[in-house]
Amino acid sequence: MSLTRAERRALEQVRGRPSRPRPSLASRVIGVVGELLITLGVVVLLFVGWQLWWTDITADRAQAQTIQSLERQFGHAPADGQGTVTPAAVPFGKAFAIVRIPRLGSAYARPVLEGTDHDILSQGIGHYEGTAMPGKVGNFAVAGHRTTYGKPFSDIDKLRPGDVVIVETRTSYVVYTVQRHVIVTPEHVEVVAPVPQKPGVRPTQAMMTMTACHPRYSAAQRYVVFASLLRTIPRAQGIPASLLTVPKGA
Amino acid sequence: MYGPLWRALPGPWPVKLLQALVLTLAFVAACFLWLFPAVADHLPFNDNTVTSSSPSRTTTP
Repeated sequence: MSLTRAERRALEQVRGRPSRPRPSLASRVIGVVGELLITLGVVVLLFVGWQLWWTDITADRAQAQTIQSLERQFGHAPADGQGTVTPAAVPFGKAFAIVRIPRLGSAYARPVLEGTDHDILSQGIGHYEGTAMPGKVGNFAVAGHRTTYGKPFSDIDKLRPGDVVIVETRTSYVVYTVQRHVIVTPEHVEVVAPVPQKPGVRPTQAMMTMTACHPRYSAAQRYVVFASLLRTIPRAQGIPASLLTVPKGA
Repeated sequence: MYGPLWRALPGPWPVKLLQALVLTLAFVAACFLWLFPAVADHLPFNDNTVTSSSPSRTTTP
């Protein structure tokens, strides 16, 4: 059955949609803008999901791998342990220590990397450049995420005076005990001074400072915990199990 | 925007739906892998450090 071109055109016109007027340009533009806005809203929601959920998953996996490779390196290190700690200069971005905090769980272990850039804090705990190395006189100052990216310092507010913080390096276990905490606004850099909160004073003691966001899900303030050196145990001696027990009570 | 896109996809509707799902997944993956990490670097709420008001070398605000 063959139709002439004219017949076909007539048929198409009859079959064609019931005469709905084509939308005006303005309403089509508004339609596209509306769809774009809805898309933008969905993308923002996706971002929240990525930030609060996905970064934890990927960072936890990556940090566990860093811990494993650090443990392997430390295991192969020569046991020359004279209480001497990590070489003074660690290249920016390199993982060089493991932090263990029994109060935050018997399995709690997080890598420490040199530097406090956003990129580094997503890989673990960041060491403020220029501050002392673990166990040295001065202030071993570190920063970590309170939320997202594996949140190493999620429960930093659960630390109590006397709690043990173990910094495991290539040569030793450096054991600090928590003294106190303060909550400050982000420009209070004197908390990472060699003598915490006393800039310009010559240090005589080995201290450790941990900083994290406060309150949770906000960056308005910093939760800062100060700890002082209890003792340094050479790697060859091993870490006493008593130090690793999870403390009881709040 | 999405209407013409739907019409541009070839095949019957189940095939179109499958293609639409694949396109959506690809878009979400691109967001997760490239867009969001790049954006997060510039957002203030990811900062956990103490810095002086004029940070010298730290990139975080």
